[in-house]
Amino acid sequence: MRVPLLLELGGIVLGLAVLARLAGRLGLPAIPLYLLAGLAFGEGGLLPLVTAQAFVEAGAEVGLILLLFTLGLEYSAAELVSTLRSSFRIGVLNLALNFPPGFLAGAALGWDPVAAVALGGVTYVTSSGITAKLLQDLGRIGNRETPVVLSLLVIEDLTMALYLPVLGVLLGGVQASGGLLWVPVALAAVAGILALALRVEVGLSRIIFSRSDEALLLSLLGFALLMAGITQITRASAAVGALLAGIVLSGPAAHNARALLAPLRDLFAAIFFAFIGLQSNPAAVVSALGPALLLGAVGAGTKFATGWVAAGWAGIGRRGRSRAGGVLIARGEFSLAIAGLAAAAGVEPGLAPLAVAYVLVLAVTGPVTARLGQRAAGGRPGRPAAP
Amino acid sequence: MTEVEEVRLPGVGIRYGFATHAGDRVEVVAHRSGRREIYVGQRDDPDAFREVLELDDEESRTLAELLGGSRVTRELAKLRQALEGLALDWLPVDPDSPYAGRTIGDTAARTRTGVSIVAVMRGEEAHPAPGPDFRLRAGDTVVVVGRPRDIERLVEILHTG
Repeated sequence: MRVPLLLELGGIVLGLAVLARLAGRLGLPAIPLYLLAGLAFGEGGLLPLVTAQAFVEAGAEVGLILLLFTLGLEYSAAELVSTLRSSFRIGVLNLALNFPPGFLAGAALGWDPVAAVALGGVTYVTSSGITAKLLQDLGRIGNRETPVVLSLLVIEDLTMALYLPVLGVLLGGVQASGGLLWVPVALAAVAGILALALRVEVGLSRIIFSRSDEALLLSLLGFALLMAGITQITRASAAVGALLAGIVLSGPAAHNARALLAPLRDLFAAIFFAFIGLQSNPAAVVSALGPALLLGAVGAGTKFATGWVAAGWAGIGRRGRSRAGGVLIARGEFSLAIAGLAAAAGVEPGLAPLAVAYVLVLAVTGPVTARLGQRAAGGRPGRPAAP
Repeated sequence: MTEVEEVRLPGVGIRYGFATHAGDRVEVVAHRSGRREIYVGQRDDPDAFREVLELDDEESRTLAELLGGSRVTRELAKLRQALEGLALDWLPVDPDSPYAGRTIGDTAARTRTGVSIVAVMRGEEAHPAPGPDFRLRAGDTVVVVGRPRDIERLVEILHTG
């Protein structure tokens, strides 16, 4: 039977809305629920999609681009550089502790090295969305360990700007030989763009930014999509272009832009998460749960250790150090973004289900342990999510 | 003046903090959106702070006025450091001040104390370099420059005439 497009689309978006509400009630991030919904409606799921498939696919692509574009907008190039100077050590520690688990697991599973590099990225990157929201909900913005947590997120942002192009080249080079030769080229291009961003961000911001919200929204969206498209034509992936576009535009004038883009990003990101679920075979995800639990336990441990040590370097006491470690555990949107890129490039079919299962495990246990830890410490239980 | 610690919170805003004489630690987090949050340090954990108040742009300005400062405080703090030996201060004109409703010339501030009135803050508005015929009102804040001792005398004068 052919279902009318609007009917199916309306059902999907409304379903996601119900899940977002439910997540708010439970004090959980919505990402795992979106993933589960995608699994339920995907191939081999309860109720496969019929008509809206093409729209959801395009929507998911836009969602991925908006996620990375807003990540880039979050911090200005100057902020990135100054944090890199002050927290370089923390960044190295974070990478050294959290990339190897995924990489080694990929290697142990006998995967292609490129797939292992992608899995390393999946285990590495904290969900800055979940972590930022937890800090807010648990009333920890004023705590002394919070700057440590935030600078860790900034460093991860910058690391992603270097990691994604490398991954893009590697993914593109799976078929073509000599792919590795492009890695230094890609890195040099990123460094060049960042250096340029430091100089011209004010000028470019002035061209793009407008007093009219409507004109601003369209200019931003157009710029992000165009940059993503351009990088897609070259060897790097579209996501890289979006991230760099965000960094280039993230001057002081960008504060407005973030507020303007947030609702749009939330809509398309929800579609992206559901799409990742849709694409994954539920049976494959279920069978990946065992390894994902193991990898999740390691990933939670290494991330906790990162926060614990980094906060210790900043002279924070035991309880603050455990708070810093606990709040960083959650993985989410960027782990899925990496898995999505790898899946789209057609490497290792086992990667996406494992990443989905890994995120399901840590996007739930991360916030739950952070909240329980808060309660056990006699702090306030955290206010309910904003209505 | 109390020493204020300033910490940048990337992606959030700026955190200002200081310790009170009573031993409490107070923090103000200025979000980029203009929202302000006030935190108080918890006594059992040196790194934990409890949020006590959340204010928007307008409300935080009101609270600042009520506490006797004003929006220009931050700018003034910078200026204050620049003036070696001289103090820059802002004095309220209370409703019961004998000079509420009278002119700056009537206070004879400069001849009596050597302190100069460099500006008058009235609500949202600043009146820089007011002349001797500028009429003060209850609720105004007078911005003055002078030696600290002389400013104290002017405070007395504004109160009691």
